[in-house]
Amino acid sequence: MSHAVPADQKWWSGGKSPFNVEYGKVMMWYFLMSDAFTFGAFLISYGTIRFASNGWPDPNEVFQSFPGLGSGLPLAFVSLMTFILIISSVTMVLAVQAGHAMDKKAVVRNLIWTIIGGIAFLSCQAWEWTHLYHEGAWWGSNPFTNMDGTKASTNFTNFFFTITGFHGFHVFSGVIINIIMLIMTLNNVFERKGHYLMIEKAGLYWHFVDLVWVFVFTCFYLI
Amino acid sequence: MSFTDNYQEVSHHHDFDREAARKEVIRVTVILTVITIVELILGFVMMGVHNEFMRHVIKGAICVFMLAKAFYIVAYFMHLKHEVRNLIMTIVVPLGLFIWFIIAFLTDGNSYRNLKNKYDPYHYEQSQIKVEKPAKSDHGSHDAKKEGAIE
Repeated sequence: MSHAVPADQKWWSGGKSPFNVEYGKVMMWYFLMSDAFTFGAFLISYGTIRFASNGWPDPNEVFQSFPGLGSGLPLAFVSLMTFILIISSVTMVLAVQAGHAMDKKAVVRNLIWTIIGGIAFLSCQAWEWTHLYHEGAWWGSNPFTNMDGTKASTNFTNFFFTITGFHGFHVFSGVIINIIMLIMTLNNVFERKGHYLMIEKAGLYWHFVDLVWVFVFTCFYLI
Repeated sequence: MSFTDNYQEVSHHHDFDREAARKEVIRVTVILTVITIVELILGFVMMGVHNEFMRHVIKGAICVFMLAKAFYIVAYFMHLKHEVRNLIMTIVVPLGLFIWFIIAFLTDGNSYRNLKNKYDPYHYEQSQIKVEKPAKSDHGSHDAKKEGAIE
């Protein structure tokens, strides 16, 4: 933490870690940066195609169903998914902080909540995909018309399933990573090491998944 | 230098104030929730707005809120704000490429559409034909194959 460091510290004179974090965390940041460019490329290609099209489907017409409540409810289900992901990000921060304090019980509790949040999000996505599939939407198939009533191409569904699928895969691998972290915590691996820095790296990945959802949510459901 | 030595020179757990950190998390959670609710309200408002210009203004506002959320997640949840300046700069400066990336590609898409509408009138005419809305049952299905669908 920077506030623990004198302001005139000479970082590059040798003998100390210039970024003041350990190797694994720097590498996690660099990995996330490359992943940000991958997602960025996906979303920008979506934007480019959308700008190059004369019409585009209305998200409020496409995504308007809620399990058990029927249709006619635009934005409702995706709001639920968004809040699930935000809350699971919060519990992940709490797990990281508990790790700082070497509080194993709190780490375990918050990791379990994070995993539950991740699984809940994936279940929501599975429901949404199934629902859209039954409406006739899939890669190469778009039953929806453009907002102005003209015929839509399949670009919309292709991008939607590719990008939310890629994000869903990240959520899935994040859940797997968190489960591994939970098992390692329960086995006292971090207690023996004397620090919970591994949880921080898993946490960075999990927050990144939440961060990407902020962009996917905006690009596909809101605008 | 052994692996564990490396951790000791990194100023970590000492003077970690858990209570202050907790308060910060609560504050950021509230901010993220409020921004999301504002975004959703804007989304609902936009459904009733049909003026093209006003729709773009609202979409622009939503994008600003999106960037604000991204800032709070990266700065506080991912803790980047509290890292040393060197690390922040190696992460943030390369992301500046996105400024060019977004402007260049969206402009290109827009220009492609304008040129195609201008020089390919057939394409433009075809894209203006309205399709009559099929009477959609509440749960449409794959039995009725949609036109243009790939088998």
